[in-house]
Amino acid sequence: MTGGAVTGPRFRRDGAWVGASVPRREDPRLLAGRGRFVDDITLPGMLHAQFVRSTVAHGWIRAVDLDEVRAVPGVVAAFSAADLALGDITALLDRPPHEFVPTSMPVLARDKVRFVGEPVAIVIARDPYAAEDGVEAAVVEYEELEPVVGDTAALADGAPLVHAEAPRNTLVDVSLFATEGIDEVFAEAPCVVRVRSKTGRQNALPLETRGVVASWDDRDEQLHVKTNTQIPHQVRTVLARCAGLDEKQVRVTVPDMGGGFGQKCVVGREEIAAAAAALRLRRPVKWIEDRRDALTAAFLAREQRYDVRAAFDADGRILALDADVVCDMGAYSCYPFTAGIEPLMASAEMPSVYRVPAYRVRGRAVTTNKAPTGPYRGVSRPQYVMVVERLMERAARELGLDPVEIRRRNVITVFPYTGVNGITYDPGSYRESLELCERVLREEGWYDLRDTGRVIGIGYACFSERTGYGSGAFAQRRMQVVPGFDISEIRMDVSGTVSVTTGTMSHGQSHETTMAQLVADRLGLDIAQVKVVQGDTDRITYGFGSFASRSITIGGSAVAAAAEKLGAQLKEIAAHLMEVDVDACELDGDGGVRLRDDPDRRLSFAELADVAYLRAHLLPKGVGPGLSATASFDVPGDGTFSNATHGVVVELDPGTGGVEILRYVCVEDCGVAINPKVVDGQCRGGIAQGIAGALFEQVTYDAAGQPLAPSLMEYKVPTASEIPDIAIHHLETPCAFTANGAKGAGEGGTIGAPAAVLNAVNDALRDTGVELDDTPIAREAVFRALEAHRG
Amino acid sequence: MKPAPFTYHRARSVSGAVGLLAELGDDAKVIAGGQSLVAMMNFRLARPEHLIDIARIPGLDAIEREDGAALRIGALVTHHAVETADLGPGFRLLPDAMRWIGHLPIRTRGTVGGSLAHADATAEWCLLAVLLDARIVAEGPAGRREIAAADFFQGVFTTALEPDELIVEVVFPRPAPRSALTEFAERKGDFAIVAAAVDLDAARIVLGGVGPVPLRVPRAEAALAAGAAPAEVGAVAAEEIDVRDEPGVSAHYRRGLTRTLVARACEEAQL
Repeated sequence: MTGGAVTGPRFRRDGAWVGASVPRREDPRLLAGRGRFVDDITLPGMLHAQFVRSTVAHGWIRAVDLDEVRAVPGVVAAFSAADLALGDITALLDRPPHEFVPTSMPVLARDKVRFVGEPVAIVIARDPYAAEDGVEAAVVEYEELEPVVGDTAALADGAPLVHAEAPRNTLVDVSLFATEGIDEVFAEAPCVVRVRSKTGRQNALPLETRGVVASWDDRDEQLHVKTNTQIPHQVRTVLARCAGLDEKQVRVTVPDMGGGFGQKCVVGREEIAAAAAALRLRRPVKWIEDRRDALTAAFLAREQRYDVRAAFDADGRILALDADVVCDMGAYSCYPFTAGIEPLMASAEMPSVYRVPAYRVRGRAVTTNKAPTGPYRGVSRPQYVMVVERLMERAARELGLDPVEIRRRNVITVFPYTGVNGITYDPGSYRESLELCERVLREEGWYDLRDTGRVIGIGYACFSERTGYGSGAFAQRRMQVVPGFDISEIRMDVSGTVSVTTGTMSHGQSHETTMAQLVADRLGLDIAQVKVVQGDTDRITYGFGSFASRSITIGGSAVAAAAEKLGAQLKEIAAHLMEVDVDACELDGDGGVRLRDDPDRRLSFAELADVAYLRAHLLPKGVGPGLSATASFDVPGDGTFSNATHGVVVELDPGTGGVEILRYVCVEDCGVAINPKVVDGQCRGGIAQGIAGALFEQVTYDAAGQPLAPSLMEYKVPTASEIPDIAIHHLETPCAFTANGAKGAGEGGTIGAPAAVLNAVNDALRDTGVELDDTPIAREAVFRALEAHRG
Repeated sequence: MKPAPFTYHRARSVSGAVGLLAELGDDAKVIAGGQSLVAMMNFRLARPEHLIDIARIPGLDAIEREDGAALRIGALVTHHAVETADLGPGFRLLPDAMRWIGHLPIRTRGTVGGSLAHADATAEWCLLAVLLDARIVAEGPAGRREIAAADFFQGVFTTALEPDELIVEVVFPRPAPRSALTEFAERKGDFAIVAAAVDLDAARIVLGGVGPVPLRVPRAEAALAAGAAPAEVGAVAAEEIDVRDEPGVSAHYRRGLTRTLVARACEEAQL
């Protein structure tokens, strides 16, 4: 896809594409309504799927009767687990049984249902209306079991078991670090603070819900699955395994995507079931998740309970961190990450941006009768950063220090820094971002306003974010699927234009633009001459898709390396044709190769390609025909860390408990921004989702495990009315080993916002004696705090 | 989220719609803007066998100011039409109150008559009707009748409308130059946790979100009539209501919101 007309600044002043806010090549088609999303795809003879879903949170399936379903007008077929007989989805960690209990997620529930909304049968009909009529006609008999609705209940003595193989409903229980002598440190420390925090269950809520169009092709002998996934190759693998196909018999392609945020980064059951139905019926089947199913049965995230203590010396220097983390992972372990994703992330990275000498942590994943969880933008970091930043504020208060000052005394300033968690942090601007953020808020006068009669608070979050986890970093998590590298293939065609593949998968991040910028600079081309190919398992050797802010760091570095190889080939051919040494040639920045000492002598890429393909007899000896190259990239060591400080000003309404954000300042450092405007968009969108977690969104259940937020009336995603203007300032600490020094930028906004907002609210409550540590912040709690104080 | 099968009827006149209602009885539902009904149908919480679309009936979309100062608003007038209408200082409360209703797309489709017939106890039109002594004009097989707002709202989503009656207009008989409506919800456009409307000249206070219908608070109204300060009026109203703890909103909090919002409505009404 070459995109439409490009307007606005195209280059930086020095002529480089990287670093310029090139308008997104995706936008012309998306803004004109000419994008192609899954639901825009219609195939001849296509049928529509809908799912019979469990109405009980926990129970044995005693009977599934679909006879009446099949009699509903418009219904073509209906399948239960027994009818489709698919393999289960199983994600594994290489950890001993006391640390990890493997469980499986059947594509359709077979013997037992474990949450309200779990798919039990699939109904295939002529249209989506008839499919829902069919769903209503299903008769499923359940023998109800006592549901496990919260983490505390899950861990209680004698609790019912969600999975029989998991005692105490515990899927993951790891104690990754325990510094010797830590108890003595706490016993002797002059200042020990503690934060207990519960964070609300959230839905990543991509605007475009999940969906799939699957069809069997007799000529290709292939099941073609068009689905909005962040991980096409992993969907291929799971589908092939579940359906008993070779991987060559499955092709997964991805059209435009309206967001994913991690929810589409795991393999869902519905796309496998719909594809299996298409295979069985030999007719195309479409499934589009509706908003109710998206809110109740899609992969959720973020429901965690923290009990963390921190010891400080009298000067406010942190001495030790002791943490217990319990994550309510819901009914199933997600593929490929497993239920370990949240507790492992929290355990590994909690020391954050601070020099923590002693650290002990226990992280657990418990299973409950709620919709399962998967990764969601930030993965645990919004939560542990919030807790650590609360600890900093609390210690500052106890010690009479300014909240910024206590951070200044603790942030890592000398790099590389190897932490107590064994992770080596590459250079960042932790202190600089903190100081700039505070300076901006002071210069704008917010501190003056804080000291007036209004109930105003200022809060900060200072944090870093490991981006681009390489194979080594994920191997430390002991995942059986270790998604570290990326492979890129670049090819120049006869006309001299280029197509480049990436194993990463844009779900809104503008890869068609940013990856092309990387290639354009490497080859000296206009981005209009670079086509970026993604999301097609038949065209891309292998990829792990996009998550964990890995696209530019890992995928971009592979793209750049492939482009450099191609550039070398072009120079070699040009040197031969111009009868000079290859060192005498250089790319001319205008689609050609020229002589370094005689720039007027040049050969255009089209001329070189003409030789490479159509007159191969002119090629140098030993150089094969064609122009293509493959390169791969994996992150060395522990990866690269982006960082930021967020500063928030809130005003509380004592009469209602209302919380209004008056100012939001983000000072971020993602190394070299390939496209600053795209980075800004990532920051703003991420911050909006972070504010959502701090103040609005929560997936709730009643005592029977029935979801209480099945629509957007109850699940309070904030709108443009609730999200303030966000000021973004950039610092630039380049990464030493990625293409152009870029670090990831996908998640930081989401990570910093809950901490900064919560700290600001607590600052506003500073005279009340009340501290709030749970999110989303209850307006009633704010109201009561201010009411009690004012009498 | 696709509705169950239904038969669609497009009414071309009020009498036609009433005739269909009489014929189809409880199996039929009237649809105008559809802003509440369609969502309920998509969740299959409402599953009418017949839908009678009145949106294209001519003559129900007028806003008229009578000589005697009464304001007549046709049932099909949208919230947005009221929001953008110049109704004069006596009725400025109505356009002002519209900004609390949902979001712009909802206001451009949702209708006055639909909101009254749906009778959500926090709906702005329901509060306004009770506050301003509105008369709801309904037409049935026996002709038209007027129902006082005080008698119209009978319980949760329940009104005095007969199954074969259609709201054709609502009459606001008196201007209310010193009046205000205010609400609290976590998000703009949400149904209010508590809504308060005040008419100082009539010494009238109506609350939404504290009962099954828009509720007046007589003791607070008496305090208002006696010249109590807004904070005092709010405090009386908060004491007066009968509310219980509910998930996410305690009775204490609802009282606190009532105290604040009544006081603020009183203050705004004086401006």
